[in-house]
Amino acid sequence: MSDQFNVRYVAQLARLDLSDAEIEKFQSQLGQVLAHVEQLGRVDVSKVEPTAHANAVANVFRKDESRPGFTQDAALSNAPRSANGLIVVPKVIE
Amino acid sequence: MSLTSLSISALQEKLRAREASPIEALDALESRIAAVDPSIHGYLSRDYAAARALAEKADVNLPLGGVPIAIKDVINVIGEPCTCASKILLGYKSTYDATVISRLRAAGAIPFGRCNMDEFAMGSSTENSAFGRSCNPWDLARVPGGSSGGSAAVVAADEAYASLGSDTGGSIRQPAALCGIVGLKPTYGCVSRYGLVAFASSLDQIGPFTKTVRDAGLLLNAIAGRDPQDSTSLDVPTEDATALLGRDLKGVKLGMPKEYFISGIDPQVDASIRAAIAKYESLGAEIVEVSLPHTEHAVSVYYVIATAEASANLARFDGVRYGHRAATDNLLEMYGRSRAEGFGPEVKRRIILGTYVLSSGYYDAYYLRAQKVRTLIRDDFTKAFEKVDAIICPTTPEPAFLAGDRTDDPLKMYLADIFTIACNLAGTCGLSLPCGFANESGKQLPIGLQLIGQPWKEARLLQIAHAYEQATDWHKARPAL
Repeated sequence: MSDQFNVRYVAQLARLDLSDAEIEKFQSQLGQVLAHVEQLGRVDVSKVEPTAHANAVANVFRKDESRPGFTQDAALSNAPRSANGLIVVPKVIE
Repeated sequence: MSLTSLSISALQEKLRAREASPIEALDALESRIAAVDPSIHGYLSRDYAAARALAEKADVNLPLGGVPIAIKDVINVIGEPCTCASKILLGYKSTYDATVISRLRAAGAIPFGRCNMDEFAMGSSTENSAFGRSCNPWDLARVPGGSSGGSAAVVAADEAYASLGSDTGGSIRQPAALCGIVGLKPTYGCVSRYGLVAFASSLDQIGPFTKTVRDAGLLLNAIAGRDPQDSTSLDVPTEDATALLGRDLKGVKLGMPKEYFISGIDPQVDASIRAAIAKYESLGAEIVEVSLPHTEHAVSVYYVIATAEASANLARFDGVRYGHRAATDNLLEMYGRSRAEGFGPEVKRRIILGTYVLSSGYYDAYYLRAQKVRTLIRDDFTKAFEKVDAIICPTTPEPAFLAGDRTDDPLKMYLADIFTIACNLAGTCGLSLPCGFANESGKQLPIGLQLIGQPWKEARLLQIAHAYEQATDWHKARPAL
């Protein structure tokens, strides 16, 4: 299964530009990691429920009341570009 | 003797007796840092001005009154940098305090200094920091462990009284072992993760690095407890974590997991751990063999689940709201290039692996299967804890390794975490404490004893650790710097 692993394709899914050298290196390094991980295929999990969290808690609600949050200035203070109280990004629609 | 070599408890005695002031405690740190941090490189930034303002009005009668605590650079402190040792967050300034920071402040402590780490807490050596590696105080050529390597090194080098780190697969216990100090990973849900930059949300926990077991309890008392800002935090341990310190070990059962005493462990580590177990027997504890049969799968399960969660958590670093943004007029290119320019190699590797195991067609085979084997690993612990109060084993298979030794072999680096990972998958608490030294080419390298406790039984775990600490002198040794 690890033979189907294609770093170039996965990098597109992850929106992560990689150089050809990185792709080649990761293909080999992560191929080894995946080959190691495939030992999990030997474990009988037919009657086992998955664990998503060590302490399963369900439906944690709080009262639907307004409370203090970030000010607009604080929320924008780390934005690479902002104007008029908004975050500026490159044009999405032509 | 400098103030900075003191434990929290010893410093507090001096502060409360007015033999030293919080400002002096801070000044002593400043001189010590100036003297040793150029060779250790444990700190990424030092907020003396903010800390001094707090020290001036500190109330030394509060539980941690006037005590400076160093903070891993993955925890938000308002107005300070939080780089996660990544170029992608250069220039970022926190706009809020993490819950652990608010709680430290409420307890009178002074958050001071941001500690080096592996980028986004991914690594076992602190070599993955974008700002240069930290050095092990016992041998500067060696790594301090990771990912919280800076937090461990500054405490071991007496350039901090104590510190906070985070532990996802061993990132507190492993560096504590390699640096010869105490490191505690609390039970999952014990400490709020609000304001901790997320790596793997189902595994991450914040915990203390300290010079003594008692200090670990004092720090845990300050930061633990339910927080409405983290819905996975619970209010189970209402008890004082230091409540059982000093009690003897009569009736305490410790389990030796046979899967953790395997060939491949460094002989000096093996000998020290076995000597520690013999010491426990002489202190009245009963040692029994237990089995954790799915141990061999823990590393595989971890590197599927942790990378899957990381790939989702790190999607937020896209150059839009904060962090590095690549110069381009095209939005898709901005995402891809900002991330390419901002992240280092290990973070990229893990994003790729995590994206792959979650991708269509592979989810069931990797991610879902790993979650199921995680259940089996958890059940192993539940069964073992029916028989014993805690599990006793090595923290790491070897003492600190040489810098540069494993950077090109991710799988070998991942296997360094073989004894610490299962504790996170099971969600229980664990700690490492000093239990001896290995001799490597004339250098003394610390060895860590790991105790894994029942979920929410931190007080019992600390009692067991404290009994050994008080009966031995390992924790008193200091590196020559």
